[in-house]
Amino acid sequence: MAEWKSICTLDEIPRLGSRVVRSTSGDIAVFRTSGNEVFALRDQCPHKGGPLSQGLVHGNQVTCPLHGWKLRLDSGEAVAPDEGCARRYPIRVDSGMVFLQI
Amino acid sequence: MSRKKLVMVGNGMAGVRTLEELLKIAPDQYEITVFGAEPHPNYNRILLSPVLAGEMTIQDIILNDHSWYAEHGITLHLGKKVSKIDRVQRRVIAEDGTEAPYDRLLLATGSNPFILPIPGNNLPGVISYRDIHDTDSMIDAAKSYRHAVVIGGGLLGLEAANGLKLRGMDVTVIHLADWLLERQLDQTAGRMLQKSLEDRGLKFLLGRQTEMLIAGESGRVAALRLKDGAQIPADLVVMAVGIRPNTTLAEAAGIHCNRGIVVNDTLQTYDPKVYAVGECVAHRGIAYGLVAPLFEQGKVAANHLANYGISRYTGSVTSTKLKVTGIDLFSAGDFFGSKDTEEIVLNDAAAGVYKKLVIKDNRLVGGVLYGDTADGPWYFQLLRDGQDIHEIRDHLLFGQSHVGDVGHQGHSKAAAMADSAEVCGCNGVSKGTIVKAIKEKGLFSLDDIRKHTKASSSCGSCSGLCEQILSATIGGAYTPAASNRKPVCGCTDYSHQEVRDAIRGEHLTTIDAIMRFLEWQTPDGCEKCRPALNYYLISTWPMEARDDPRSRLINERAHANIQKDGTYSVVPRMWGGLTNSAELRRIADVADKYQVPTIKVTGGQRIDLLGIKKEDLINVWRDLDMPSGHAYGKSIRTVKTCVGAEHCRFGTQLAMAMGVKLEKMLFDMYSPHKVKLAVSGCPRNCAEAGIKDVGVIGVDSGYELYVGGNGGIKTEVAQFFVKVKTDDEVMEYAGAFLQLYREEGFYLERTCHYLERVGLEHARNRVVEDEENRKALYGRLLAELKDAKDPWAERIAGVEKNEYEMLSV
Ligand code: SRM
Ligand SMILES: Cc1cc2nc3c(=O)[nH]c(=O)nc-3n(C[C@H](O)[C@H](O)[C@H](O)COP(=O)(O)OP(=O)(O)OC[C@H]3O[C@@H](n4cnc5c(N)ncnc54)[C@H](O)[C@@H]3O)c2cc1C
Ligand code: SF4
Ligand code: FES
Repeated sequence: MAEWKSICTLDEIPRLGSRVVRSTSGDIAVFRTSGNEVFALRDQCPHKGGPLSQGLVHGNQVTCPLHGWKLRLDSGEAVAPDEGCARRYPIRVDSGMVFLQI
Repeated sequence: MSRKKLVMVGNGMAGVRTLEELLKIAPDQYEITVFGAEPHPNYNRILLSPVLAGEMTIQDIILNDHSWYAEHGITLHLGKKVSKIDRVQRRVIAEDGTEAPYDRLLLATGSNPFILPIPGNNLPGVISYRDIHDTDSMIDAAKSYRHAVVIGGGLLGLEAANGLKLRGMDVTVIHLADWLLERQLDQTAGRMLQKSLEDRGLKFLLGRQTEMLIAGESGRVAALRLKDGAQIPADLVVMAVGIRPNTTLAEAAGIHCNRGIVVNDTLQTYDPKVYAVGECVAHRGIAYGLVAPLFEQGKVAANHLANYGISRYTGSVTSTKLKVTGIDLFSAGDFFGSKDTEEIVLNDAAAGVYKKLVIKDNRLVGGVLYGDTADGPWYFQLLRDGQDIHEIRDHLLFGQSHVGDVGHQGHSKAAAMADSAEVCGCNGVSKGTIVKAIKEKGLFSLDDIRKHTKASSSCGSCSGLCEQILSATIGGAYTPAASNRKPVCGCTDYSHQEVRDAIRGEHLTTIDAIMRFLEWQTPDGCEKCRPALNYYLISTWPMEARDDPRSRLINERAHANIQKDGTYSVVPRMWGGLTNSAELRRIADVADKYQVPTIKVTGGQRIDLLGIKKEDLINVWRDLDMPSGHAYGKSIRTVKTCVGAEHCRFGTQLAMAMGVKLEKMLFDMYSPHKVKLAVSGCPRNCAEAGIKDVGVIGVDSGYELYVGGNGGIKTEVAQFFVKVKTDDEVMEYAGAFLQLYREEGFYLERTCHYLERVGLEHARNRVVEDEENRKALYGRLLAELKDAKDPWAERIAGVEKNEYEMLSV
């Protein structure tokens, strides 16, 4: 059963940055946008498995550090013309704490 | 709030491109209605030529299919010609009575082929060459008739003639001027072109004029009579004698026209509610007939329709390329020349190569290339940039040296490559794949090619080849932007220079401030512009602007190089390539402790530990106890040295000592791109100083300094800069040169590209000739590097520690 787990405070994720969560089901990248929204994606680019957490965040997208694919943080979908999708995880912020559902 | 209504008349290339640009920047501003006289959605008119030649089908050249209009909520009236504009009530009325009200109107009615006013011009079998309907008529005629005559030996006429010939017809081209393409080519090139078309079986009657067309028994055209009395058989006559801007509708509505619908620099007509773009327009007295300028117009018109109101269209320089497979022809600008111009000509009739460049006041103003057009895009770029060419004049005609470009089997001429040949060695993309994508996906720019095929998106060494393929496929529709006006990225229309000027002029000190002031089109920029802005801020206001780690790509943020499997490599600094037993022992211990899978000696005279986990980086650095080698940074990389006079029997100067001093002076220097130096102890040059950003060669009387060398993608030999006597002078001249580059270089421009842009003379004037300026530059460099910190030591002390710590659940 997937359950909500607290992972860190919002402040611990840099604005326009990310953190990596180690979990039994693999690494999960959590991102924070300039508008303080948070998103979680499997830390693996659909192209060749690049660690998305190491990419540059802009708007609601992250650019993969290896070959520059852009992925949408809200859906995990690659931005056209590239095609592919990184798995998404539910995530929310509650009184400054970040919770991830896994 | 109800949306405003935008109506567009004319569903062609210029109009629809304007809508695309508009939807990009203001997707919800208008409720859009489009009228198109043709029954088809927007297609790539340019590619009617390959369709006629049998290389493609109509289906392949559709640019926006019905679903595109539906997706954007556009009401599309196809096969409906607008016959009236009611400017008082602001509505348009089509021939069939359909009406649409507008708040803004966009006219994009294109042009009409000119029909010669001669008897018989309306007979069946007499057509022009403009749309799908004409193309279908030609394809049909080729099935049942034999004799085709094309009137007009311009680009369109020749492409029509070539296509009809390939479809098996017997084709004669009648042309009024004395040589073909007289508006694009000089006589010599025109003759060479004629010869190669004749070799393919086309016939030409030059300097001749048509008098009338004669019907046969069936009522269809059967013959053509020339003014000199000669008569030739003709079952199909294609008139390709020019186009006239289609202003009928605008004129009837009382909108001012003068050889086109007259618009200002914002593409607005005399009626402020009405905009116009494309071939129907006269801008500063010019009506353009090629796609590239029309697209530029579309971009500006969209900007104003979206009420941004910042951009201006100021006219275009165009270039042309004939799209006949196997024939290589390029021309641009003013190639006839005048009494104030000079010409450089190469005419190798046996090899079928002709090149002519026209130069005025040390600038390229025009050119014609026949047989070898590989350098067409480069010349065109020089022309648009208005770059001073006197430094490269003696080898200008031989083109941009492609010699050093690697990764595509030495190919430099796209035309000569087989479809299966690899163009992009990084991503394994063949010529055939690129051509196919250009045609089927409707690509118009190098950027499109990068996005869709990945070719030239990595190291970029095949950009030139891709440009050639693009211009051969879509003709003059491809024109590279002048390099000083190329936008930084898709987030803005401003160029690197404009951004730098704004940062200085407006005293902007944060990325947010730049984006606000220059009205960035995306919320936080992207991975291309943010690192550039971050660099410009720091290099302009070194004491004020703060580094933004979030605007650095991963290597510079983590201070190590990311590997394909997500691990990192660590390259500690070895000053001047020197090390000692203690360092080597620590490296060995680290390798054991962290089970480093690979240890490698790099091309930069030091040691690389590869395959380190990110969470181990800080500990590895602590245990190594050596400073960062910045192998990841846009910064000083290495100063390569030879053993020099310290040991070598030929050495004239202490190369190792000089190298270590330079490397220590430049430690932690942030620059537009990476910087590499080398010091050799004598002209045997074992440190390869000839391919470094700054190369120092010891000679008996002192040192020679060379600048702008590059050993990477494009091998570029460094140019002699200055000769000096002492070590201190080496530091001062090298330092001042690098500071100039830091202050003026564009982000990701190596010194060789920077010098190509500004000229070596500029750098010499600032550094060598002007002592005061040199000392000032050098002073600023030293001041900025005075507090240089080792980023590894800082991180061991706790800076940015979140970067390296994993979270757990
Ligand atoms: C490690 C090393 C190869 C080696 O094993 O020898 C290397 C490795 C990389 N080089 Fe290099 N280059 C290395 C020496 C060179 C050299 C030779 C030299 O420095 O003497 C050159 C040609 C000389 C020159 O730069 O003019 C070189 C020209 C490039 C280029 C092309 C630069 C250009 O302007 O044309 C790139 C791409 C870029 O920087 O955009 C590049 C990029 C890279 C990157 C950073 C690619 C990347 O983005 O991941 C590689 C990182 C691998 C890693 O994770 O460590 N590397 N690279 C060398 C490290 C030297 C060092 O000690 O710092
Ligand atoms: C065979 C051929 C090859 C070419 N090759 C090249 C090349 O290699 N490179 C290059 O740069 N350019 C080339 N061109 C030129 C290029 O295609 C044109 O410059 C471009 O298509 C002009 O775009 P436009 O939108 O202004 O006009 P068009 O694309 O002609 O669109 C205008 C549209 O408006 C419609 N229209 C007109 N009046 C009305 C009305 N009252 N109501 C409704 N609809 C109306 C027309 O039917 C037409 O569909 C070529 C052209 C042809 C015909
Ligand atoms: S180390 Fe350099 S040459 Fe080798 S694969 Fe990487 S970028 Fe290419
Ligand atoms: S692995 Fe992400 S772009 Fe290649």
